[in-house]
Amino acid sequence: MEELVSAVIRGFPQGCVYALVAVGFVLTYKTSGVFNLAFGAQAFVSAALYWRLHTDPEGWQWPIVPAAFVSVVIAAPLLGFVLDRALYRHLRTASPVAKLVTSLGLLVALPEIAKIVLDMPPQAYGTEGIVPDGRVVYRFGDYALNRDDIVTIVVVILAVAVLSALFRFTALGLRMRAVVESPRMTELAGVNADRVGSISWMLSSFFAGVAGVLLAPLFPYLGADQYFQLVVTAVAAAVLAGLSSLPVALVGGLALSVVSQVMVTYPPQDSFVRQVLGPALPFVVLFGVLVFMPSLQRRREATDPLAGVDPPPPALAADERSRALTIGTYVFGAVVGLGFFWWVLTVANSYWLARFTEAVIYAVIFCSITVITGMTGQVSLCQPAFAAIGAFTTAQLVTRYDMSVLAAMVIGALLAALTGGLLSIPALRLGGIFLALATLAFALFFERVLVKEEWVGGGASLMDVPRPTIGPWDFGDDRAFFVLCTVVLVVVGTLVIFVRGGTTGRYLDALRGSEVAAAAIGINPARLRITAFALSAAIAGVGGGLIAMFSERFGQANYDARFSVFFGLVWTVIVVSIGSRTVEGAIQAGAAFILFPLVILQRFLPWLLNLVLPWHVESLPTGLTFILFGLGAITYAKHPEGSVEFGKRRSLNAVQRWIDRLGRGSVDTPPDTVEPAVSLPTGSER
Amino acid sequence: MSLLVAEGVTKKFAGITALDSVSLDVGEHELVGLIGPNGAGKTTFFNCLLGLLRPDAGTVTFAGSDLTRVPVHRRARLGIGRTFQRIELFVGMTPREHFVVAARARAGRGGLVADLLGRGRVTREEHDRAQEMLELLGLGPVADKKVEGLSLGIGRLVEVGRALMTEPRLLLLDEPSSGLDRAETAVLAETLRSVQRERGTAILLVEHDVDLVRSLVGRVFVLDFGVLIASGRTEDVFADAAVRRAYLGDLV
Repeated sequence: MEELVSAVIRGFPQGCVYALVAVGFVLTYKTSGVFNLAFGAQAFVSAALYWRLHTDPEGWQWPIVPAAFVSVVIAAPLLGFVLDRALYRHLRTASPVAKLVTSLGLLVALPEIAKIVLDMPPQAYGTEGIVPDGRVVYRFGDYALNRDDIVTIVVVILAVAVLSALFRFTALGLRMRAVVESPRMTELAGVNADRVGSISWMLSSFFAGVAGVLLAPLFPYLGADQYFQLVVTAVAAAVLAGLSSLPVALVGGLALSVVSQVMVTYPPQDSFVRQVLGPALPFVVLFGVLVFMPSLQRRREATDPLAGVDPPPPALAADERSRALTIGTYVFGAVVGLGFFWWVLTVANSYWLARFTEAVIYAVIFCSITVITGMTGQVSLCQPAFAAIGAFTTAQLVTRYDMSVLAAMVIGALLAALTGGLLSIPALRLGGIFLALATLAFALFFERVLVKEEWVGGGASLMDVPRPTIGPWDFGDDRAFFVLCTVVLVVVGTLVIFVRGGTTGRYLDALRGSEVAAAAIGINPARLRITAFALSAAIAGVGGGLIAMFSERFGQANYDARFSVFFGLVWTVIVVSIGSRTVEGAIQAGAAFILFPLVILQRFLPWLLNLVLPWHVESLPTGLTFILFGLGAITYAKHPEGSVEFGKRRSLNAVQRWIDRLGRGSVDTPPDTVEPAVSLPTGSER
Repeated sequence: MSLLVAEGVTKKFAGITALDSVSLDVGEHELVGLIGPNGAGKTTFFNCLLGLLRPDAGTVTFAGSDLTRVPVHRRARLGIGRTFQRIELFVGMTPREHFVVAARARAGRGGLVADLLGRGRVTREEHDRAQEMLELLGLGPVADKKVEGLSLGIGRLVEVGRALMTEPRLLLLDEPSSGLDRAETAVLAETLRSVQRERGTAILLVEHDVDLVRSLVGRVFVLDFGVLIASGRTEDVFADAAVRRAYLGDLV
């Protein structure tokens, strides 16, 4: 009994930390309608600024009060204000998925921007909180709390009280909620939605700043990843609160931590509860709540009654492009592709050969995002887990059963497909952000629990994975393996194009347009979603298998560098910002993911800058990759086809006009656009 | 024998009886109307027929088989097509693509395996059938424009065409005239008449535009506050005092 009580008490401070983040999360969702996964990134910005101003031994060493004032009271709301003005103001009527992708972009880009602006070292140690002498411990009988804990507890309870009062008793709180429900209705009722939106973002960003600075001492070093880990754990508490109730978020955070603590101390040493369920509790709860509380999304995903007032999006430039130019583009693409292929095979040294092979493999994996995001319009954050299933299965089957490595890869892909299919069954009723969250829960469960199991990750030692041989051909040589990967990419890409133009692709387009109408003509939405998910998982599994072969030695130790949860976000961001609708986009995303930092940032841009600038530039920070693609993903709401795709099409269009002008020798006529008298409501956006 | 028979359909929402033992039938090739003032329970009844709501009591049979436990998409395969009151089109697709998808769904063939073998593309036959439907509905000029840019009247025609592409034996129309002006309603009525004549599709028209119903259907059912207050030949029903009271109140 005493053990139980002590576990409960030990879980309490940690619970307050979860609660603080969960409350901030719910606050953002309530006041802006954005499921803000970038909450941790915002917290990191304030914490980093505070570290630079106060903690950094070689920094400015400001006293606590002015440092805290600048980083929390000034910088954090300012960041919120900027985010609202530059981004979220324009997204207010966008779909929840578009907003989620925007927050993913920010999550990836913001910390890197902060690191460059503040000139942060890779890992800033000696983190210190906002509380003077925060590590001083107070004893209450047998139990000890330090000052940081106590302040966290006080802040979270105070915050819940004040914010609840704000929502319940003030006109501002009411307006904030109204703006989230329907910004246009609210404007019609005479409220300045823009101003309310700005205030909402400043408030929630301020809260993120408080959390960032307050929680900094918890971490061994100050990093955005630390905050990200915390946020994803706290998401469970936020969802438990239906994303709307601040007190429940508080209680949920506490309960999660306490129950988790009890689970890892009370039951016997090797019990399932202690080994698996305890550490995985937040993700199991998150998944369970999403699946078994359908009221959650019905309440929240009601569409804005005035959303249909938006004009229809402009036609894609490609639709207006002439046939000759389209063929010309394809020919150009083929020539460039084959040129690279030839260069890699004959000229490139082993370093570049390896990088290009990786790029091809990632292109295969990214085709899975083309299927899930480009075709079904859903965001899945567990693609790395599927790829990891492919990789681990390949490695395990080869090592344990001496199976042919290609056969093992196929089985790995099938197993990933099975996992994807099974995962999608409970998640079927979920749409948009809730499906994304369920996949995030699975990815976290995979990372925290399954990978550590020996039958999955293979334990501490690496497994040998040979390169395949097919009959007379041996792909052991790096160049031969590169050819094999390219063949796989061509096959997968062709299959994806077939599927997109075939029954499945057309049905998915219909389902995206309107689920009820699709069912009304006899399409089975459930089966279709499961199919798409399984296909996507299988493709990721194939890519994972190739990675295992590429690494030659594969195991648990490779997991973090290849398939961690964070990559799930990064992959989605990169593919979405380049173009998730086309296989072409997936291939370019694969190239960008591997080659962009090496070629553009370290070679091309410095060379270009050195031509112009008086001082010498050695290379640019790798963080720029994240910043550029993160910012690219932010435009998802406006250009769902991908910003690079958009730019590409637009420049081709310009070429088209130029050709027309040369041909006709006259000024081009604007295309005849018909303004519809009434624009149609756009069905249920899911 | 009747194509669609609903018997004693009852639906309650939290104590309110939205439908109280409503019975209705539609014969093969017949044009039937279901009318009633706002809030009479028309849409609730409609949703019960389609499986979007499950009635608390009563049965719905279609062509002799019980529909009660058949899921929504399966009903479409059995031969029930529908349109929506608040228009539901496949955003981002053209009318032609709408019809091709519906033709594919009707055939029920094809799936992932066929797609992976490269056999999922639009067939000549599907293309021709879509073209035929575009011509029947006079949608030729807008066939390749995205539906978001089309007017509500045309959108409604696209919905009708999409439903017809599944070759239904029965077409359920949920207030097709809502949001349309007089001219558009006239076009719609003419289209429905020719569809019924040429294809022999039975139609159940749920409407509150009395004029449209009068000009189209031979038999009509009248709902008021969830109760069927009249049914029979159109002329007889409109002569009925109770119907006039429900619709026109004290003005008459």
